[in-house]
Amino acid sequence: MRVKVLSRNPDDYVRETKLDLQRVPRNYDPTLHPFEVPREYTRALNATKLERVFAKPFLTSLDGHRDGVNCMAKHPKSLSTVLSGACDGEVKIWNLTKRQCVRTIQAHEGFVRGMCARFCGTSFFTVGDDKTVKQWKMENPEYGEEEPIHTIIGKTVYTGIDHHWKEAVFATCGHQVDIWDEQRTSPMCSLTWGFDSISSVKFNPIETYLLGSCASDRNIVLYDIRKSTPLKKVILNMRTNTLCWNPMEAFIFTAANEDYNLYTFDMRFLESPVMVHMDHVSAVLDVDYSPTGKEFVSASFDKSVRIFPVDKGHSREVYHTKRMQHVITVKWTSDNKYILCGSDEMNIRLWKANASEKLGVKLKEKFRYHPKIRRIAQHRHLPKSIFCQIKEQRIMREARRRKELNRRKHSKPGSVPFVSERKKHIVAVVK
Amino acid sequence: MGHSPAPPSTNRPLPCSPYFAPNPGAGRDGGGGGRMRRGPAAGAALRGAGLQVAARRFPARPACGAMAEEDWLGVEVAPSASEGEDEGQEDGERRHRQLLEAVSSLSGRKRRKLAERTEASVQVSEFNVSCKGAGEKLVLSELLQTIRPKSALSSVKNELTRVKQKKAVELPLSKEEAKRVVREAAYVRTSKDVGKWQQVVLQNRRAEQLVFPLKQEIATVVPLEQAASAWKARTPLEQEIFGLLHKTQQPITDPLLTPEETASLQAMSLEEARQRRAELQKARVIQSYYEAKARREKKIKSKKYHRVLKKSKRRKALKEFELLHKLDPEAALAKLEELEQLRMQERMSLKHQNKGKWARSRAIMAKYDLEARKAMQEQLAKNKELMQKVRVELPEEEPGDVPEEDLTSVAVPTIPAGASRTNPWMLGKPSGPAEEPEVQEGLEDFAVPGAAESKGEMEEEEEEEEVSEEEALLQDFAQKRHVRQQRAGSPEGQGADETDAVSEPLRDSPVHPVCAEEQTSVRIEQPSQAPAEILLLEQLGRVQTMEDAEALASEEHVEELEKLGAAGAEKQVQQEEEGRAEERRVKKPPAKKKIISLQAVLAGKSQEVQCPSLPVVMEEEEGGIDQRGVITEAFAGDDVVADFRQEKRKAEQAAKPQPVNLVLPGWGEWGGTGLKPSTKKRKRFLLKPPPAPPRKDQHLPHVIMSERRNIHVAAHQVSELPFPFERHQQFEQSIRTPVGPTWNTQRAFQKLTTPRVITRAGHIIQPISAEDVPDMATEAGSGAKPALEIAPKQPEQPFRHPRRRAQ
Repeated sequence: MRVKVLSRNPDDYVRETKLDLQRVPRNYDPTLHPFEVPREYTRALNATKLERVFAKPFLTSLDGHRDGVNCMAKHPKSLSTVLSGACDGEVKIWNLTKRQCVRTIQAHEGFVRGMCARFCGTSFFTVGDDKTVKQWKMENPEYGEEEPIHTIIGKTVYTGIDHHWKEAVFATCGHQVDIWDEQRTSPMCSLTWGFDSISSVKFNPIETYLLGSCASDRNIVLYDIRKSTPLKKVILNMRTNTLCWNPMEAFIFTAANEDYNLYTFDMRFLESPVMVHMDHVSAVLDVDYSPTGKEFVSASFDKSVRIFPVDKGHSREVYHTKRMQHVITVKWTSDNKYILCGSDEMNIRLWKANASEKLGVKLKEKFRYHPKIRRIAQHRHLPKSIFCQIKEQRIMREARRRKELNRRKHSKPGSVPFVSERKKHIVAVVK
Repeated sequence: MGHSPAPPSTNRPLPCSPYFAPNPGAGRDGGGGGRMRRGPAAGAALRGAGLQVAARRFPARPACGAMAEEDWLGVEVAPSASEGEDEGQEDGERRHRQLLEAVSSLSGRKRRKLAERTEASVQVSEFNVSCKGAGEKLVLSELLQTIRPKSALSSVKNELTRVKQKKAVELPLSKEEAKRVVREAAYVRTSKDVGKWQQVVLQNRRAEQLVFPLKQEIATVVPLEQAASAWKARTPLEQEIFGLLHKTQQPITDPLLTPEETASLQAMSLEEARQRRAELQKARVIQSYYEAKARREKKIKSKKYHRVLKKSKRRKALKEFELLHKLDPEAALAKLEELEQLRMQERMSLKHQNKGKWARSRAIMAKYDLEARKAMQEQLAKNKELMQKVRVELPEEEPGDVPEEDLTSVAVPTIPAGASRTNPWMLGKPSGPAEEPEVQEGLEDFAVPGAAESKGEMEEEEEEEEVSEEEALLQDFAQKRHVRQQRAGSPEGQGADETDAVSEPLRDSPVHPVCAEEQTSVRIEQPSQAPAEILLLEQLGRVQTMEDAEALASEEHVEELEKLGAAGAEKQVQQEEEGRAEERRVKKPPAKKKIISLQAVLAGKSQEVQCPSLPVVMEEEEGGIDQRGVITEAFAGDDVVADFRQEKRKAEQAAKPQPVNLVLPGWGEWGGTGLKPSTKKRKRFLLKPPPAPPRKDQHLPHVIMSERRNIHVAAHQVSELPFPFERHQQFEQSIRTPVGPTWNTQRAFQKLTTPRVITRAGHIIQPISAEDVPDMATEAGSGAKPALEIAPKQPEQPFRHPRRRAQ
């Protein structure tokens, strides 16, 4: 007779080492675990609440500048090093792990208008109101005074600088865009299109021959340094302060505009932006992409920093403190973890890019549309000034909309066309 | 004026190539190179000398496509050596012409201008007859053609008009315009260049998961051999150890066996091996012998032989047991325990419980076949017997006897067949044929004396430790044979049995044991069985009165049933109504079950459960430790099902639209205390709402569906469809699938909760570059993707093409 016995194979339940996890047999029979949706919903609700509870994005404030911070630069090789230039011509190099200033240079007279690090991280460049471009060594000098490696004296004020991502070439902007070889004291070529001061110039990190600039006559111009020719110009309603290229998508860039919005463009189709990001209530002064290319951070005159997903029209996060004034410059660190912002009141602040990262992400995502969860997840505190301004903005927008509606209603059909939000801000595209 | 010399041999490839003129000199020196042979048409076109002048003056004007090419390329061709001579001759001609012109101008009157002669010819005629076709033959037909009245200058005129029609050379583009063109071209080029990232970008946007930094150092696992071979002993200790290993010839790379071990393996003696082989052979022979013997014995068909064999075995066993008892009481006890063990096993197993395939087939047959019924009964009896407790206080008794007595004494009187029917918790396993034994027992008493004998045999068998199924089958057949013989003897007996079976109040209908579907089918097929059902109903009623003591709740139904039993046809209709009203009722009497009601079909489980297995119930009574009994006791007053029904009925009532009463007493008639509005008025002002649509849970007996909006729940519900979803089903589906580890396996859970973007702490994420993307890298090298390849390839083509040609 065959007697059936329970089979117990020690391999199934004995650990190999003490450090192994105990194997816990589980029964996934759905009848044993009823109410999955309500239970998961509760979990999601709790997770969302906890996320808000643990959202403490502000890490530290780096103080030491004696004037407003005007520009910042990331070190391309070291995560802990950050450079900043102030309105009094002082440049400081910071160690983020120690949260200390490791070096101070009186680089210029007047503003430090722009700065950038060389791609290898051995030196950095600054431009200032004193019409000079200076190259500095990244290391401390062993003795004596801080001296720049090179100084180039130009004829006009330079307002911005950016370094090529792979070659010993950099670009400055002012009255024109100049492309420089590091070894020469005169520009390799000068690119002009119209006559107005150009506020910022940025190299494309992927297709490194591409260059974008924005000028105060409301336009964004793209250049190709292979042909040393401008490519195309798009004129917006208002001035663009800065632009930033997406480091993962070669043809995408985002422009920070005076009209409180940010515009993400595809450089191949400049007729209308891919996305209009609106949430700020004052001019957007700076923008920087996260190294993953999925999000970007923007600094605004409304004393707040916002984080936008690339494909969303509204921000997912807003950072502000009582003491932070107009934020002039912002950077996303290259490990995608932190955000740095420099503001008028002489401080650089360090924020977490994700206010609280570790909690149950997936469930929250699953139930994100449920009203309670959404309410909690989306709730943010705002200072009264911004809050009131937002309200005002909303009223204004509504009024504009109503007026347009009325006009449409009382005029000949077709005479008041519908213009989409994306098209509205583009004045012209110049070939 | 000779022929233009042949161009350098390298420049003389295929004649019609668009890039290389067949005769570079031809286009240029109209004077020297006119020797080309032309077709008649071309000759006609060039006949006038004036044209030749024109051809000279506008060398760029193409006569045909080929000519244009010639001119274009002819510029570079160096003047040949003979050209110097030509020029000398031309000079002379020119002077001659000038002289002629001067002379003609002297006359004052314009003479008809002679056609200019440009072609070299052997004979020069004064009368404007150039011997163009000097080498050609004269054709008479050409001479006969009409002389056209055309002037020699007509062709020149034509040319001039054409020249006049031509526009002046356009102005060069303005600086702005030129820049714009350059910009546009550059923009197109750049956006094309940038466009090659399109695929990569889309891929990354759609990717489930992205891991940054993109450049991952892949930690490759080096195979052990490589690692070992690369390793060398360096320290003195290591060297020493290695030296020792080498001395003992320890294998280092392939650690299987040392040479010594292999040697010892080989040294196993031959004799030993032989011995072993012989042993094995012997064992095999013996085995086969015994097998053959067993087979032979098995083939013996004589019943008697087997009976004798078994008896002898039994006797032997008994003797042994007695001997054992005398000599070693402990061992005897052990044996008894063994028997007990056997019993336990039987209780555990499903053997002999009429569960097997065979038993089920019997159950179907049992309705018609007496033998089958018997066989099943025997099975059950055997089961019973095996499950009997061995009385330990009487160890002397033959263990086989005890169960037999028990069986007869216990099994017959107790018929708590419907005992558990009222309570749904009590409904036992569906052992349909289990009720048969009662019938059988009755039958055996008077009709089947032979069965007793066979039973006796069977019991004998059961003394043996194991009863194989085959044997059981054999016995079955034997019994059948017995019965068949009996039938042959008394054919009325069978009929009597059947009538008995029907009329006996204790007995179920033969239909009863069969499962629910069969019942329904039976009902449909055989309406003639209806009277039997009524009878059965009576019987059931009695059973249920027995129940009454236990479950009071079911009393009314029983009464109803009894009433129903009186009127057959009415009962059915009523039952259908009632069946809808109450679920439980369906469960109880099997007769009721016969009626197919939707309720009954839906509550399919309960039907199987209807006939409690007799032996099980008896066991319960004996043992008194039945789990179900305990449960029934614990939940005696707790009639969940009825409560639920009531609740549902209430909900149904509440959901029904209420009539609106608009009757105002006193209007249009006398009012006051004790006066009621007239019926007419009431009829008129009592507004009946339209009947509500059928409830959704109409056919779901276990469900109450409420369609009222719950405010408290609504606070947690999504009011409008979120953006990416297009239909609410999609959204609901996304919510319905659980994510947590409680509902998913570890692997699935991890897969479901993988983050979209993974970054490594403290690692710098560089911007994407062509090396990061495998497609892009290959594209740069060889070109894997055709879509991306097209753009860079096209500009190369014009360069590649001629190079190949030149080879």
